[in-house]
Amino acid sequence: MKRSHKIKRFIPFYLMMIPSLLYLFINNYIPMAGLIIAFKSVNYRVGIINSPWVGFKNFEFLFKTKDAWTITRNTIAYNAAFIILGTVIAIAVAILLNEITKRIVKNVYQTVILLPYLISIIVVSYIVLAFLSYDTGYINNQLFSAFGKDPISWYNEPDYWPFILIFVYIWKHFGYSCIIYYATVVGFDKGYYEAAVIDGANRWQTITKVTLPMLTPTIVTLTLMNIGRIFYSDFGLFYQVPLNSGPLQNVTQTIDTYVYRGLIQLNDVGMSSAAGFYQSVVGFVLVLLANMIVSKISKDNALF
Amino acid sequence: MFRHNKGFQVAANIIMILLSLICILPFVLLISASLTEESTLLRYGYSFWPTQVNLDAYRFLLRDSSTITRGYLITIFVTVVGTLSNMVLTVLLAYPLSRPDLPGRNAFSFIVFFTMLFNGGLVPSYIMWTQYFNIKNTIWALIVPYLMLNAFYVIMMRTYFTTNIPNEIIEAARIDSAGELRILVTVVLPMSLPMIATLGLMVGLLYWNNWTNGLYFLTDTKLFSIQNILNRMLRDAQFIASGMAGEQAAELAASLPTTGIRMAVAVLGALPIMIIYPFFQKYFVKGITIGAVKG
Repeated sequence: MKRSHKIKRFIPFYLMMIPSLLYLFINNYIPMAGLIIAFKSVNYRVGIINSPWVGFKNFEFLFKTKDAWTITRNTIAYNAAFIILGTVIAIAVAILLNEITKRIVKNVYQTVILLPYLISIIVVSYIVLAFLSYDTGYINNQLFSAFGKDPISWYNEPDYWPFILIFVYIWKHFGYSCIIYYATVVGFDKGYYEAAVIDGANRWQTITKVTLPMLTPTIVTLTLMNIGRIFYSDFGLFYQVPLNSGPLQNVTQTIDTYVYRGLIQLNDVGMSSAAGFYQSVVGFVLVLLANMIVSKISKDNALF
Repeated sequence: MFRHNKGFQVAANIIMILLSLICILPFVLLISASLTEESTLLRYGYSFWPTQVNLDAYRFLLRDSSTITRGYLITIFVTVVGTLSNMVLTVLLAYPLSRPDLPGRNAFSFIVFFTMLFNGGLVPSYIMWTQYFNIKNTIWALIVPYLMLNAFYVIMMRTYFTTNIPNEIIEAARIDSAGELRILVTVVLPMSLPMIATLGLMVGLLYWNNWTNGLYFLTDTKLFSIQNILNRMLRDAQFIASGMAGEQAAELAASLPTTGIRMAVAVLGALPIMIIYPFFQKYFVKGITIGAVKG
């Protein structure tokens, strides 16, 4: 009697949640169950449910190709470079920003370095094209011609692209992580700094002995979360910025671009669903592992 | 705080100015390219300073081509409708989850949270949306998949409700026998405007910049948002002429000053954000820091 009365009081809340839960069910949970298509030979005419099971055949095909190794290597290696360089640069800039005394200029810098983060990756592709285009790009036509250097056909030369992609990624994202670190540094108790100065510490010593140690939990947490996402890549960065150029694929193909090409361009559902399954499952394990380590280090920063 | 402060400040400012230039100059190159006359571009390439300012590219885009205008309208529609629906769904889920005594609260929270850890990826969801919901080549393709609810923002919203709306206020409204939905709309929401503005801005940005939904689900170019048009023009600059009717269309397409025009389209795609961003900078920064660092 009392219990049913209690539940009744909450009925409006349950009703409120219905649309959102329904959306999550469709948008997120059905595709999770849909991962089973990696073990099927999909035939749209008979529907997904009635398509025949093929066991691990799709995976056998995938892992027999050279592609499986290439996309795994590229995805992980690029992410590793992004994490290491991105973190170092973001922390350095955040500490520098914190040391600047004039409030107004500080705000201007903060505004400007976040700008690339807000622009779509498509517009970024145009900016990269404006620099690298063979006929009209800034580098070939203004920079190289001024020094009498021969133009380079950037979109056909894979050797340059690891550097280009890393540069573009850092350019677009360092402001974002910098602002997170900066917000943390600003929140530190000023008393520690005053005490350090009274003890005779110079600027470098306060940075290495006070700021960095206090920043460590944030650094560890953000880095581990990035490691948890090391199997995922920014599709636009690897697909659109190199203009989907064939000769570059060996250094620009990641799991995400591979899945897209397989599904939409080559219409090879088997192969791309196997690659997608591989990404989802390994990605899940990595997120769980990363979070387990975070919660060991500092319980407050763990996701769960 | 330290001696020799002046030299250090100068050095720190020089480094920050250099970094700021690295962030700004690429946009200058883009804008300058869009303002330079075609023959100059073909002869000397893109440069940071237009030798002669020339508005031909913009004149063409805004006067002669219906493609850009339609793309803009579609982007605006999708951004407004998408952001509003996202906020409604977020609040309707986050508010019940913030009620401490809701039976099953933890289980529901887990359902939301789990979507951040695990997902089915592109292939199953593409097949579901296209085969079972027939979303291909409809405007809903740009609004509904992926973007309409974000678990991370639900959790941020829930935390805001729990920590910033005192339970006594809600209880008081309940004693006045107001319905729960009414309490949410008239009491809780007005107190949550800063958070809603922050999240709404982040979601709006996601919708404005989204191009993948159009790439996956649209082949009908009439539904292209501004980002989809840009995406198509990267490889096919003449695409911009496709929106024009009449017999001169083909002729015009062939003689189109595409080198400058494509840069002008890119400027138009980024401009609204670059214009509103400085005014809302505070909210963007809050939106970024709020979720990343707890406490």
